[in-house]
Amino acid sequence: MQKKLKEGFDQAMKKWLPNLRLLALFSFMALLLAGCGEPFVSALQPAGEVAKMQFDLMILATLIMVIVIAVVTVIFIITLVKFRRKKGEENKIPKQVEGNHTLEVIWTVIPILLLLVLAIPTVSATFELADVKAMEPDTRDEDAVVVKVTANLYWWEFEYPDHEIVTGQELVVPTDEKVYFELIASDVKHSFWIPAVGGKLDNNTDNVNKFWLEFDSEKTEEAGGLFYGKCAELCGPSHALMDFKVKPLPRAEFDQWVDKMVAAKDAEHVPASDVAKAGEELFTSNGCIACHAVNPGEVRPKPGTGPNLANFGDRSTIAGILEFDKENLKKWLKDPEDVKPGNLMTDTYDHDGLSDQDLDALAEYLMGLKIEE
Amino acid sequence: MSTVAQKKGFGAVLWDYLTTVDHKKIAKLYIMAGGFFFLLGGIEALLIRIQLAVPDSNFVSAGFFNELLTMHGTTMIFLAAMPLLLGFMNAVMPIQIGARDVAFPFLNALGFWLFFFGGLFLNLSWFLGGAPDAGWTSYASLSLHSEGHGIDFYVLGLQIAGLGTLIGGINFLATIITMRAPGMTYMRMPLFTWTTFVASALILFAFPPLTVGLLLLMFDRIFGTAIFDPALGGNTIIWEHFFWIFGHPEVYILILPAFGIFSEIFSTFSRKRLFGYSSMVFATVLIGFLGFMVWAHHMFTTGLGPIANSIFAVATMAIAVPTGIKIFNWLFTMWGGSLTFPTPMMYAVAFIPSFIMGGVTGVMLGSAPQDYQYHDTYFVVAHFHYVIVGGVVFAVLAGTHYWWPKMFGKMLNDTLGKVTFWLFLIGFHLTFFIQHFLGLMGMPRRVFTFLPNHGWELGNMISSIGAAFMAVAVLIMLYNIVVTSVKGEYVSADPWGDGRTLEWAVASPPAEYNFKQLPLVRGLDALWVEKMQGKKEMTPAEPLGDIHMPNSSILPLIISFGLFVAAFGFLYHPDGVSWSVPVMIIGGIITFGSMTLRSIIDDHGYHIHKEDLMDDDDKKGVEA
Repeated sequence: MQKKLKEGFDQAMKKWLPNLRLLALFSFMALLLAGCGEPFVSALQPAGEVAKMQFDLMILATLIMVIVIAVVTVIFIITLVKFRRKKGEENKIPKQVEGNHTLEVIWTVIPILLLLVLAIPTVSATFELADVKAMEPDTRDEDAVVVKVTANLYWWEFEYPDHEIVTGQELVVPTDEKVYFELIASDVKHSFWIPAVGGKLDNNTDNVNKFWLEFDSEKTEEAGGLFYGKCAELCGPSHALMDFKVKPLPRAEFDQWVDKMVAAKDAEHVPASDVAKAGEELFTSNGCIACHAVNPGEVRPKPGTGPNLANFGDRSTIAGILEFDKENLKKWLKDPEDVKPGNLMTDTYDHDGLSDQDLDALAEYLMGLKIEE
Repeated sequence: MSTVAQKKGFGAVLWDYLTTVDHKKIAKLYIMAGGFFFLLGGIEALLIRIQLAVPDSNFVSAGFFNELLTMHGTTMIFLAAMPLLLGFMNAVMPIQIGARDVAFPFLNALGFWLFFFGGLFLNLSWFLGGAPDAGWTSYASLSLHSEGHGIDFYVLGLQIAGLGTLIGGINFLATIITMRAPGMTYMRMPLFTWTTFVASALILFAFPPLTVGLLLLMFDRIFGTAIFDPALGGNTIIWEHFFWIFGHPEVYILILPAFGIFSEIFSTFSRKRLFGYSSMVFATVLIGFLGFMVWAHHMFTTGLGPIANSIFAVATMAIAVPTGIKIFNWLFTMWGGSLTFPTPMMYAVAFIPSFIMGGVTGVMLGSAPQDYQYHDTYFVVAHFHYVIVGGVVFAVLAGTHYWWPKMFGKMLNDTLGKVTFWLFLIGFHLTFFIQHFLGLMGMPRRVFTFLPNHGWELGNMISSIGAAFMAVAVLIMLYNIVVTSVKGEYVSADPWGDGRTLEWAVASPPAEYNFKQLPLVRGLDALWVEKMQGKKEMTPAEPLGDIHMPNSSILPLIISFGLFVAAFGFLYHPDGVSWSVPVMIIGGIITFGSMTLRSIIDDHGYHIHKEDLMDDDDKKGVEA
């Protein structure tokens, strides 16, 4: 039996080995090519230490799996080709083999070894990715940037507790250093994910989750300076539209941004034109101000309030998904339900009652809310 | 009472099926109902794929899409895959162990009707204000936030259906432990029986956590408790644990019987005994055991911390070992065999590469840091469809073609079967292979639409085209079934010619008592052992005598119907309607009243007399 098996294997190896090599090469190429997808949203174009670590593990796992698949494929194909019933064998009774201890031990032990190769880096990476000592009170690294992320139906709030500033929908972080996050959800469970920069962690309603990410400056440039963030946990009708953007900046520029935000806390915003001034009045009279703070220092209690709009004019999208222009902003204000079904802003003001002139004024005012020049 | 098929009117046939306690008829009920829900779940899947074929699509609304994805998952798992497998277990397992029925025929019928009314209740949500929309996992924060009655339908419907499954599982355990024919030792049981046994044990331990979870969620939603409400001291993570302590073993409840079906098919069409039978049994039990140790790998991103994540990561990877053992044993069952490739074998052969794809991505998902990227993306969607379609659905389709002649006495058309097979295989890989890459390219799962600039257009279009292939394949199979039922010719007891296990020793379809005389089992593959000694049939283990049979009863249907009625009372209770409590009570009276009836009326069944059995010989040629 064993001899016959061996013969079969040898024969097969001669016949299939070149193909096997080809297959391995092909898979490897496929992986390299898999550097596909858009650089601002693809996990296959890692743009930071965490994503890189995870990508390397993926490659290791894929290589191990390609070995397994190759072995099985070879046996599979030989079996199907060699042992089909031929003409004249209709009454042949094959030998009823009970099993083979040597073989069974082999295909038990080798997979265990292969899995160990994967298990060890897995465990070590798991611990490394969970290392948040630098943000814990006892072991706090004063330089480390900490961001508190609150997920809401269907928008994100980013608070910088060290500086007591807050922003919505667009996360600003320094590049090439570990940035620490504490995650929480205000209403239902969400999940915080920036595919190109690193794997996700859930925003639970019960407890704060902590982890870190690192944003690579070169990759940021390749991605056009902006990464897409996603909500990865089903949270209601507009789950698919709960995007946010990430703007990584060199540390010096990041510090400048923080300074401007801090400075804006004490400065009164003056609308640039009469139209904007009218917009500001509408913003108050329609009750927008009740949910949306316009001072970057003001964190509104949640759930039930909306994003801080202090630097709305600096954003790159409207409602996280539409291109940032006046028409889209008016569209959003006129009929939010059409843009983001199930959002919580829809019925809080009389959007049907807003005239085109009102919308213009509101848009003018909102787009003038800027920290950057 | 004779077993000769009489021409009966439609009403009589219907009544027969509504009251039956015969495992073979219950099997047909399971397969019909499961098949219906499979089509329903398939239609939901097609709507999902149409919506996602192009970016920014408005084919369905966001809210409706969430209902579709929730009902697709829930229907396919609870109302299609499980009942179809329970159908095959019912049809085949009692015969494979040489029994005349299951241990508790009445409970068997009760299990079916509970599942049926549960499924019906759940699907009525479409017409009564909207289906559940929090995913089949129904995570607590979202399911408590969800408006309308959708989630209440989910909670109550699954509770009733789950009760049926639990009863079915316990029944199979009792059957296999107590009703094996003389000589049928545990280590001579066919692998499908073994996997039924282990899957039933998993049902016994996995369904109670679901029952408890659903009950607590029901309290929160209907009676205003705050078990899952953190604002009032509750905790939502508990729901995730409850759900996955059930949910992960559930995967093995589905895949183990599928493994069993393929084991039978590989062996039959290789004309060889299963390679490494004892290690196959060992691997089955080990997978069942490990299946309970890995639930938290569904929660790697919940934030359980690196210690829990590492332990569950390593435990998860360990499951690859017994699964690998099985794959190699199947390969070496074929190795050296005399292979033929009728439709069931085509599915079995295609299952190996398809399932390996699902298996290796499973190991990748088990590695926690990688999972942080894969979790809740299309990569996961691809993975579990490779496992559940490439494993379970392939097995159901294979089993349908393999056991159809045994259940209905007619062979499905093999050419049409192969057309179905190729279309389904191509459609399956087209739909799901590309989804691995969509996930890696950043596409989260459960999204009702996607934006055009993300580079996901091509992949989604390919995926939707593949779904159309699968739909055509299923239509052709339906056509095959109709044509066969109308025109097909009746076949012998062993239509494949190479049957090895006991179900091929009895007539196709089997007489209501299965075995005139219980067979004496003299080894693994009991019929094959006899065949190799030149005999055509099994050696009887008892003299011909009267056979004791259970009476039909409408009570299982009525007991289940009572719960169905009561569920409406519970559902509308939070609306403050005046009739909710009376409806609960009426439903309770129907259920508990019929249970009381069942307890106080002595039902001794009936006997088929020896003389009638001898008559049967000439008419049906029942062997053994």
